[in-house]
Amino acid sequence: MKRKFFAYPYIVWMILFIAVPMLFIFYYAFNVDGRWTTEKFIQTLMDMDNWRILWVSLEFAFGTTAICLLLGYPIAYILSNMKKSVAGFISVLFFVPMWMNFVLRTYAWSAIIEYAIPELFGVTESLTDTASGRTIAVLLVLVYDFLPFMVMPLYNTLSKLDKNLLEASRDLGANGVKTFFRVVLPLSVPGIVSGITMVFVPSITAFTVPALIGNGAYMLYGNKIETAITSAAGYHKNDFSVGSTLSIILLLCIVVSTLIMNHFDKDKEGGSIL
Amino acid sequence: MMKRILSLILAASMILAFAACGSKTAEPDRELNVLNWGEYIDPDLIDEFEEQTGIQVNYIEMTSNEEMLIKLRSSDSNYDLCFPSDYIIEQMIREDMLLPLDYSKIPNAENIDPKMKEITNVFDPGNKYSLPYMWGTVGILYNTTMVDEPVDSWEILWNEKYAGKIWMYDSVRDTIGITLKYLGYDLNTRNEAEVNAARDLLIAQAPLRKGFGTDNMRTSMVNGKAALALIYSGDAFACIGENPDLAYAVPKEGSNVWFDNVIIPKNAKNVNAAHMFINFLNDPENATRNTEYIGYSTPNKAAMDNLGPEYTEDETYNPSQEILARCEVFHDLGEFVEVFNAAWDKIKASN
Repeated sequence: MKRKFFAYPYIVWMILFIAVPMLFIFYYAFNVDGRWTTEKFIQTLMDMDNWRILWVSLEFAFGTTAICLLLGYPIAYILSNMKKSVAGFISVLFFVPMWMNFVLRTYAWSAIIEYAIPELFGVTESLTDTASGRTIAVLLVLVYDFLPFMVMPLYNTLSKLDKNLLEASRDLGANGVKTFFRVVLPLSVPGIVSGITMVFVPSITAFTVPALIGNGAYMLYGNKIETAITSAAGYHKNDFSVGSTLSIILLLCIVVSTLIMNHFDKDKEGGSIL
Repeated sequence: MMKRILSLILAASMILAFAACGSKTAEPDRELNVLNWGEYIDPDLIDEFEEQTGIQVNYIEMTSNEEMLIKLRSSDSNYDLCFPSDYIIEQMIREDMLLPLDYSKIPNAENIDPKMKEITNVFDPGNKYSLPYMWGTVGILYNTTMVDEPVDSWEILWNEKYAGKIWMYDSVRDTIGITLKYLGYDLNTRNEAEVNAARDLLIAQAPLRKGFGTDNMRTSMVNGKAALALIYSGDAFACIGENPDLAYAVPKEGSNVWFDNVIIPKNAKNVNAAHMFINFLNDPENATRNTEYIGYSTPNKAAMDNLGPEYTEDETYNPSQEILARCEVFHDLGEFVEVFNAAWDKIKASN
């Protein structure tokens, strides 16, 4: 507790760059031209197009999270059963691409999908020519980007698992499958929870990948907030109410999903955001 | 207790450091803050201007007219020079955001083609506040090895033969604008039914569309990955330079002719240097180098005379009177832009 003063710069940082901007969002949502009103707020809430756009973003986030979990769990499980040195080496391999800038990696994927793969197969068509192909391409890159965030917490939880429990389960007559579903899986819930949180929350707001990989064909929630703020400058004196209202909705979505996830992770073993 | 005070001082100095970032260090009259599009000036020209005048130029890039508007409206805005598009200038004049140009300080303004001034008259009468910088048309860039029929109508962008090979432009006004033209409506319509008709046509186009592109679309066209693209003439000109299989056409139904003009905001700090820079840009020699670097058409007649036939006789770079006759400029739509934006949301959701 003595070293509490080290926290002050961080607290100042939080106030300046998290709390104050948050207050601005609430201020602009209910204040149009210096006048307090809920009219714009309600109008934005009633606009079904916004909800449709949010739903598309959520679909991408759900899809990414589900695929990451299905792919990441076996990877983490295999890694946790390896020798520590080997597992350490392989997990470094997982993280090496992340040392490179995220946008650069996305551009690289765009070149692979648009140019390298068609070249390889000697065709002129590329995956992004059709709507369903674009969805697949976007999901592929999102999964690539977020998979390490799923694997690492799962690996942490699984490698800390007490191997005596598995032996006990075997001794008591459970086969491998039963041991996995009755012992390993329940004990790895904290890892699953933090993995899901770490993938789901950032992937709701991901719009660089859909924009670059999906040929700008998608209007996702992040893009919608951006256009709501920039286009409002077109006819009012910087009216940010729609963009702020949309941001508040997104904020609530993230808070609710984090609360739900925290509910499953009572011990806070996997670490959490809120 | 001492430590707590120390850490508070540390925190306070951090805030001050941030505040200091916002304030300027050099003398204000030795500095010129230019807000412009990315890669929209020959960087050598900036260096030369700095050498000649001793004024330091801070070149800040913007990505959209709307972003620029937000920046200029901010109370601590310190931009001296900016290059917005036609309809935004109309709005800025209406909102009284611009400083009238002092032509006694811009003798090179006489190099601007009177023909161009005539067109820009519709949004800035008599060029009181703005001087044309670059201009062009909106049309179709197509790959002649993939498209075998003549490209003379917007209709080709709805041709199922080219499914998955059609790029539209990622911009509300341009994409909806040409669809309005295709339907025979006014580019600047304020009729909601007409905008909705264009919207429905663009929703129907979704299965044929490769996407809404900007920079990625140019690479895609140059590499022969797509057959047709809705594009600005300046970008088309650059693409054709890289891939001779490409060609550009402005369809018969008509299109948009656009201008990016240079303006001085009312709250500019260094008005004198801003005028000097405008004059410098309109020097025939400098304007020639600038248009050669950017690839967009110059409204500077003296610079045009310096250019070779690969520019002057190229219909993409230098459209004929006949093409220009069927093109109109965008006007500020006021609050009606909301109808365009709502339509755009629905179009984007149809993918």
